[in-house]
Amino acid sequence: MALWQSIPFACILIPLFGAAVCSVLPRRIARGWATGLVALVMGLSCWFVMEMQSFQGSYAYPMGHFGAPIGNELKAGPMEAVMGLMFSGLTLICLIGGARRLEKDITEGRLGLYHALILLMLSALMAQVYTNDLFTAYVFVEIMTIAGCGLIAARAQKGQALVSAVRYMVMNLIGSALFLLGIILLYDLTGHLLMPNLREAVAALHAEGQYDLQLTIVVALLCTGLAAKGALFPFHTWVPDAYSNGTPTSSALLASLVSKSYIVLLVKVALRVIGADVIISTDVHDVMFGFGIIGMLAGSIVAIRSSDVRRMIAWSSVAQIGYIFMGIGLGTEAGMKAALFHIIAHAAAKSILFLAVEPLSDASGGHSSLSYLRGAGFRSPLAGVAFTVGALSLTGLPLLGGFVSKLNLGLAALDCGGAHAWIALAALALSTLLNVLYMVRIVLVIWSRGEAPEGSPAAVTGNRLDFALIMLITANVGLFFFASPIMASLQVGIGLFG
Amino acid sequence: MAKLRENLPSSRWGRFLRWLREGDDVLDRSMAEALEAPAPAPADALVPLPIPRRLTRTRQRNLTRMEKRLRALYVVTAVLICSGIIALLLVTTAGLPDFGDPDNPANNEVPRHYIEKGLEETGAVNIVAGMILDYRAFDTLGESNVLFVAVCAVIILLRLHSGDPRERLRDEADERSREPGHDIILQVVAALIIPLILLFGVYVILNGHLSPGGGFSGGAVMGAALILFQLAFGERHTARFFTFRTFRIVSVLALGFYASAKAYSFFTGANHLPSFITPGIPGKIFSAGLIPYLNIAVGMVVCCTMYALYSLFRKGDV
Repeated sequence: MALWQSIPFACILIPLFGAAVCSVLPRRIARGWATGLVALVMGLSCWFVMEMQSFQGSYAYPMGHFGAPIGNELKAGPMEAVMGLMFSGLTLICLIGGARRLEKDITEGRLGLYHALILLMLSALMAQVYTNDLFTAYVFVEIMTIAGCGLIAARAQKGQALVSAVRYMVMNLIGSALFLLGIILLYDLTGHLLMPNLREAVAALHAEGQYDLQLTIVVALLCTGLAAKGALFPFHTWVPDAYSNGTPTSSALLASLVSKSYIVLLVKVALRVIGADVIISTDVHDVMFGFGIIGMLAGSIVAIRSSDVRRMIAWSSVAQIGYIFMGIGLGTEAGMKAALFHIIAHAAAKSILFLAVEPLSDASGGHSSLSYLRGAGFRSPLAGVAFTVGALSLTGLPLLGGFVSKLNLGLAALDCGGAHAWIALAALALSTLLNVLYMVRIVLVIWSRGEAPEGSPAAVTGNRLDFALIMLITANVGLFFFASPIMASLQVGIGLFG
Repeated sequence: MAKLRENLPSSRWGRFLRWLREGDDVLDRSMAEALEAPAPAPADALVPLPIPRRLTRTRQRNLTRMEKRLRALYVVTAVLICSGIIALLLVTTAGLPDFGDPDNPANNEVPRHYIEKGLEETGAVNIVAGMILDYRAFDTLGESNVLFVAVCAVIILLRLHSGDPRERLRDEADERSREPGHDIILQVVAALIIPLILLFGVYVILNGHLSPGGGFSGGAVMGAALILFQLAFGERHTARFFTFRTFRIVSVLALGFYASAKAYSFFTGANHLPSFITPGIPGKIFSAGLIPYLNIAVGMVVCCTMYALYSLFRKGDV
């Protein structure tokens, strides 16, 4: 086995080891240590993507001396490589971009632990991307759930952060419980935990037809559990509070990575464990499609009605998650591919919004309400530009990543034909219109002439935040120009799933 | 000689003697000093957290008739949906393969391999230990990190003292003054059974690869002993050997050892490299490769975590 093939293993183990060490380091060293390790993981992921370009296949990596069904196993292919790079890169950018604010929001004694939580979360993200074993996925889902709670609650001097953390925990634990129940029932029916073996056993069960009810329930439990954790529409109640009350790093990480990783896992479960044909025969995908569309519209409508910019962005997440589930709910390969691309495009756009809103509100006396933000773009120009890029990408303007994903979602819906196509296209059009109504409104407000409110300090973004914002702007533009190689990787990756 | 005696109190030996006689520890002395010093002006006294309005709102307002109906409807719908899901899950489980049937799908080649080859391949007489710490060690590594991340999150939430040592000491003194610490029956019984509990915990951990038990159960037993000690004798005595520092060092060493040892084993396994870890002679105490050491690491983490969680919820600090 070539050395580069050990990269997925290193990407999981390095942050895991680093987290334990990080918790005892003094504040300053802890930050450098965590940032360095995340950068290392990102570098390794970059290398991995490049190797994958020439390898063009997937391979299994046994975790230990005993091969697959006996021991644990990782599996990596082009799709996993792209996702791994996206997750580690965005973690790094969010960590650097929010660093200034972290020192203000989180008391000194907690900073080391906060960084340990981020490292554990990165490790869990990587494990979910690469694992080939359903139970390992569950274990790391747990790590991520608890780490996410810590990330929200870390800003404990703001009492609302605690309330949001409790809400987050309740909804996420329901999701975990349903997912675990699904795994248990599936194990009882098939006797496997390894994904390829499960796939075979599920196909056999489906053909046999003896356990049809059980199989349907299992599919429903797995999908509902992961959808609840991914904040699909009826389970979205924790989203607005959690995203708007956390420190910017936490909000950006949770919105762009944590909820997305559950959806990546859902795609893996759907294609690699259950199989697209079984899902379609149980009609669970139609339920996801329906709730996705309701989420797309409802999230945008609430966002229009709120006046706080942070809450608007948070509600827009609900709508964007709806897009992703609509793509998955189409039940076609093109739909999955478009949904996966939308995960990447939305992650890039959402993290830029959460990071850019902070200097904008700082330049407006610390308020994040829309009426105070008038002219904030002139007071903090780079943040204003970054926010504009993110907002326009979400509305789907050409030359930005969001355009490609909306185009692909539309094309996938057209391919699908029938009622699905019409509903999806109508919802896409309506939801884009709603997006424009609030996103462009914020952009217009921050770029219209206006006086700064009394007592607002001079806007200082700091080098680190500037760097993060420029990287994210580049990423959003780059997603448009490099869309075709990424889509090709996803296409190959999904093809290798079956 | 006289000089030696003079230096005794500040020497290492002197401090050890004092520690042995449970004399004043550092905390006691600094606490006395801190409490004698004039209290600083309460510049930023603890301002109670404003309760979010939406938590109190429902209580204060008189409900309109419409709202009452909606609330009743909400309760009825919730009950109906829950009963529906419960019924559905019951029907589902009723139709599962029979419990304990030898022909169940779960009894396939994987458990057979564990049972037939486990002893030979891992060297662990306790097949379960072989399974969780060798065959599926990656899951267990994740599992021990679940504990670690839980403690990290709880510390972030509950550890109140951040900067001011004076405040910390005052809290500590306040805490100690509330401890019972004089319950002679509890103390005598605890003094009798705590060594036994600890010894049993150590036995369960060290024999994890030979008999039922292992790191998780043994660690829980030891953690329980620590909690009992703290309950019977109070914080003052526990702090002599277990502080936040101890907790951090122990868990970092244990988790770091686990991660690096298993990383070595995963890497050699995946790349088919020779590894110096061998199963050894099954049944010996030093056998089964890494399993006993991993058990010790897991046991340390579990024990410290149990005690730390208890301690955090008791007074917001370890």
